[in-house]
Amino acid sequence: MKSRYLPMTERDKQQMCAAIGIRSTDELFADIPEEVRFRGELHLPRPLDELALTKHMAQLAEKNAHAATHVSFLGAGTYEHYIPSVVNHMISRSEFYTAYTPYQPEISQGELQAIFEFQTMICELTAMDVANSSMYDGPTALAEAAAMAFGLGKADKIIVSRAVHPESRAILHTYAQGLGMDIVEIGLEDGVTKLEDLEQAVDDRTAAVIVQYPNFLGHLEDLAAVEQITHAAKNGLMIVSANPLALGILQPPGAFGADVVVGDVQPFGIPASFGGPHCGYFAARQKFMRKIPGRLVGQTTDENGRRGFVLTLQAREQHIRREKATSNICSNQALNAIAASVAMSALGKSGVQKMAMLNVQKAQYAKRQLSRAKGIQVAHEQPFFNEFAIKMNQPVKAVNARLLDKGFLGGYDLGRDYSEYDGHMLVAVTETRTKEEIDRFVHALEVISNE
Amino acid sequence: MNRREDSPLIFERSKPGRMAHGLPENDVPEVDVTEVIPPRFLREQPAELPEVSELQLVRHYTQLSTRNHGVDSGFYPLGSCTMKYNPKIHEDVVRDPGFARIHPYQPEESVQGALQLMFELQEYLKEITGMDAVTLQPAAGAQGEWTGLMMIRAYHHARGEGEQRTKVIVPDSAHGTNPASAKMAGFETITVSSTEQGLVAVEDLKRVVGPDTAALMLTNPNTLGLFEEDIVEMARIVHEAGGLLYYDGANANAILGYTRPGDMGFDVVHLNLHKTFTTPHGGGGPGSGPVGVKKALMPYLPRPLISREGDRYTLNDDRPDSIGRVKAYYGHFGINVRAYAYIRTMGAEGLRQVSEYAVLNANYMMRKLAPYYDLPYDRHCKHEFVLSGKRQKKLGVRTLDIAKRLLDFGYHPPTIYFPLIVEECLMIEPTETESKETLDEFIEVMIQIAKEVEENPETVQEAPHNTVVSRLDEVTAARKPVLRWKEG
Repeated sequence: MKSRYLPMTERDKQQMCAAIGIRSTDELFADIPEEVRFRGELHLPRPLDELALTKHMAQLAEKNAHAATHVSFLGAGTYEHYIPSVVNHMISRSEFYTAYTPYQPEISQGELQAIFEFQTMICELTAMDVANSSMYDGPTALAEAAAMAFGLGKADKIIVSRAVHPESRAILHTYAQGLGMDIVEIGLEDGVTKLEDLEQAVDDRTAAVIVQYPNFLGHLEDLAAVEQITHAAKNGLMIVSANPLALGILQPPGAFGADVVVGDVQPFGIPASFGGPHCGYFAARQKFMRKIPGRLVGQTTDENGRRGFVLTLQAREQHIRREKATSNICSNQALNAIAASVAMSALGKSGVQKMAMLNVQKAQYAKRQLSRAKGIQVAHEQPFFNEFAIKMNQPVKAVNARLLDKGFLGGYDLGRDYSEYDGHMLVAVTETRTKEEIDRFVHALEVISNE
Repeated sequence: MNRREDSPLIFERSKPGRMAHGLPENDVPEVDVTEVIPPRFLREQPAELPEVSELQLVRHYTQLSTRNHGVDSGFYPLGSCTMKYNPKIHEDVVRDPGFARIHPYQPEESVQGALQLMFELQEYLKEITGMDAVTLQPAAGAQGEWTGLMMIRAYHHARGEGEQRTKVIVPDSAHGTNPASAKMAGFETITVSSTEQGLVAVEDLKRVVGPDTAALMLTNPNTLGLFEEDIVEMARIVHEAGGLLYYDGANANAILGYTRPGDMGFDVVHLNLHKTFTTPHGGGGPGSGPVGVKKALMPYLPRPLISREGDRYTLNDDRPDSIGRVKAYYGHFGINVRAYAYIRTMGAEGLRQVSEYAVLNANYMMRKLAPYYDLPYDRHCKHEFVLSGKRQKKLGVRTLDIAKRLLDFGYHPPTIYFPLIVEECLMIEPTETESKETLDEFIEVMIQIAKEVEENPETVQEAPHNTVVSRLDEVTAARKPVLRWKEG
């Protein structure tokens, strides 16, 4: 069968074989030993034409409930947010999406400049000095931050709050096996990191303390106190994983003295997409500039003094340093970083504040309504951004099954990761929810709770 | 893209009072924010993000895009990166809200289509690589390498040999990620040398392999574009010493349907879906780096795995011996959707043709260019080949200059100065999606440049001549780094 992606004609093939001096292309594969040569045909489904493929893919997609068929109150690290229409149009420019890493800066100025702008926006939001060109996602950026602190070679203990996303902690534990980091987890008290325990755990062996802001339960950690405790240890770096949208309204970690700030820019222009691809960010103090993992874009000039941009400080990286590199990461999430940049630019200085404020208002309203609902209790009275925990009188899994039937995607089942929160649902309310949807959700939960 | 003009930053286009969003007004009863969030948590200085109108925003990014070269702009023979065409239909299907707007924590019964797609993709990749199980979790090739090595580590530990097997063997032609990933997984790296024929020196492998060997990492065909024809013997040597074989799938575009890593003796494989399986490179990502393993390593696969129970697909998290998580959620689902659509479009015969034509194209170019540039390894190549600019260097023109001269003709140059073992290296990978006409035009330009080197070297040395910027000062960029914009 002829493929529209393969321009080779019989005539081309004959001419090319003749130029090479072979009779058949099989000769080009003669160096594959007989015993490992694949015989017959791979067992794969028959090829689909474009119409059949479109239909098949639509059928698979139709089997999924999603944020347009159901009203979502599900967050826990991935959120349904307003995505300005321009985002998709800009990242659909194929000069961006069909390019690779800008190894040749003269023909990659567009992407390099866009990433330089991204780095600047991340510095602004986090109040940090430098930011890299992006990372796989927030959780791996967090693990890379711990690896960087450990890699300074002064201490080997990484202290992480249990209020950090469970998946981030899981990845951190995997990293630790390979690198030999010692991971210590600190428990919670009333929905935030227990500072007394943190204080006791921090010592001279401490390379870093990691907290999340807002934390996994939605609450605001006392970063001023965490900073004091962390920096009391001589080698301790303060690493904060922060939701960048929340920083539209919250005091940024940089203002509290954080050394590294990481997170995921998914709230800015990146769809949930079943968990990926999203886009991690990594920002740090100036003094760690040469220790940062991943690609960095820097400003420079060309031979005529014109401003231009290049990948820089590559001496940190694996293709030069090999096993001495600061990290094995050689790609980034460039296209998603551009998506986030377009979204941040579309929102702009006032829009980011407004969107963050809408999250606060809507979530506060939902919390007030839920606190009055029969059979439902709000778990904590803590300051929060757009998420909070409620206690149900039945298993969350069962509640969510009922909510699905009623047209809702219910909140995250906290009991999956925290036994002390068995029966607790983490409810996320973003700017995408209307008052009417929140009222219906509260009503549905109340009905389910009193059945 | 040939206009040499300044391109203002989005911040420099900003003016207070403009905006480009369509956010709704608040429709719930308003609370005073300081009553619900203590002032010490509230931002004092707003983040200085740009203030532009929607049209200004669109023009800004459109203009930036015209200052960038992608596969759609022109030929992109960047070796080891497989810059093939990225089908447009994939960009459409992945934006279906049934894929784009599903949340990773939805109830399983509400994401059966997504789980089915992932399960089937796992099955296809198993078949294509000849492995027993596949995880889609790794985000990219480098993360796939690290994931694979962590499993190898877990395997040796489970057999009581974890303390002993501390070394990973890597050829001197290997990708730089190999040793870097080995270090992240807690291994030391030993380098095995290559022969004059460009293949791993089997005698040297015998010398370095031993009871401390955890694994041999190999790219096959290797980064010179040559098939490691002693692979069976190498696998035997490593396995007899108790080590495992890791397949770096960066070059898998050469072998689809011709041979399978699993059949060659590899125990762990990663694939770069953004190379072989047409998902866009995105300017550096997001990619996807699934990992396949043989049965003995299955217990260590990252959790969760996608399983099928009857007609139902589930996320199987009950994996006590797993190395744990390597990536949030289930990997780069949106990228995996595209790769799935590609495999469904091509089928078995189509994929075999992909490799046949990728290899034919590379050999054709190699033979056509061999009279004009040094060909360090004169034998059939696979999907890519290397040339050396040694001859041109003697005339005062470096490979870097040749690469820059190619920019003037609208081409992305080949990979240069890699692999490290070839002097003044040019590594060329045409891919199967390029037509003979494109190859012929590129060949003509390469021949012209070779002539310029002899007759008019300054033209090459001073290139590029018609890009939006001329050569950039990378030394100052690294010495005095400016990594963000600041006003004034």
